[in-house]
Amino acid sequence: MLIKFYIKPRKGVLDPQGRAVSESLKSLGFNDVKDVKVGKYIEVYVENKDKDKAIEEAKEMAKKALVNDLIEDYEFEIVE
Amino acid sequence: MKFGVAVYPGSNCDYDTYYVIRDILKKDVSFVDYRESNIEKYDCIIVPGGFSFGDYLRPGAIASHTPLTNALKEFTEKGKFVIGICNGFQILTEAHLLPGALLPNNHGRFVCKHQYLKVESNNTPFTKKLKKGEVIKLPIAHHDGNYFVDQDTLKKMEENGQIILRYCDKDGNVTPDSNPNGSVSNIAGVSNDRFNVFGLMPHPERACESLLGLTDGLKLFLSIIEN
Repeated sequence: MLIKFYIKPRKGVLDPQGRAVSESLKSLGFNDVKDVKVGKYIEVYVENKDKDKAIEEAKEMAKKALVNDLIEDYEFEIVE
Repeated sequence: MKFGVAVYPGSNCDYDTYYVIRDILKKDVSFVDYRESNIEKYDCIIVPGGFSFGDYLRPGAIASHTPLTNALKEFTEKGKFVIGICNGFQILTEAHLLPGALLPNNHGRFVCKHQYLKVESNNTPFTKKLKKGEVIKLPIAHHDGNYFVDQDTLKKMEENGQIILRYCDKDGNVTPDSNPNGSVSNIAGVSNDRFNVFGLMPHPERACESLLGLTDGLKLFLSIIEN
């Protein structure tokens, strides 16, 4: 089973990379760009085949290591 | 007072810190490997600067759950001292031994220069040899030094006197122009509410000998050895 984590800077937290990419896109003529967030994508492959257990495990992984909830938001999805 | 200097893969200010304690302060000091969890014999552990574990995931994130960092939690509960410098500060926030987090600098660049700092409190074990309001100068060198903390926690920290150092200009004015990285309230160094854990982005260990240009770092170390 695969857990896909999508991590991005929390709302209201400064994102210098996002700001730079936003400016760069505008300079290329993409004038409708309103905002850009640059985050991380992490794939975690687990042996486990029980989806509910994988969800619990994913939340623990995020809390204990993958995400700092003071500065980051995250979502995850499970792929069987 | 027996000092330990933590060594993680990627630490690079460990020997500078060790040198200051051994050769300048003339105190007992050993390196402590990140896999070590028996640290009872030490009175103060310094978590030095560098790029522990390559800054993978987030600066300090992987180092924050190694055996040594886990042992620091019990160590601080006993009232012993822990000081985190630069990456050490990042490790201590990731380990929740200090409030807040260090974000990338607001301008997106690495900053490396001498920086004026205002001593906000000298009523701490780390600053007792300094005067309240004194302006000192220390080197800074970081990419992720932008201190962030939520407003409620910040208010509590200010009331408790946990803000120890702020970035300022040469006259001690704490202004947006003197903020090198975008830190909330120009914060450069903070303590926990028990005042035995101290984290700071500047490098006092690089400012202890006139040969190197700056000597204000020594005042912080001389404060610590008084305890």
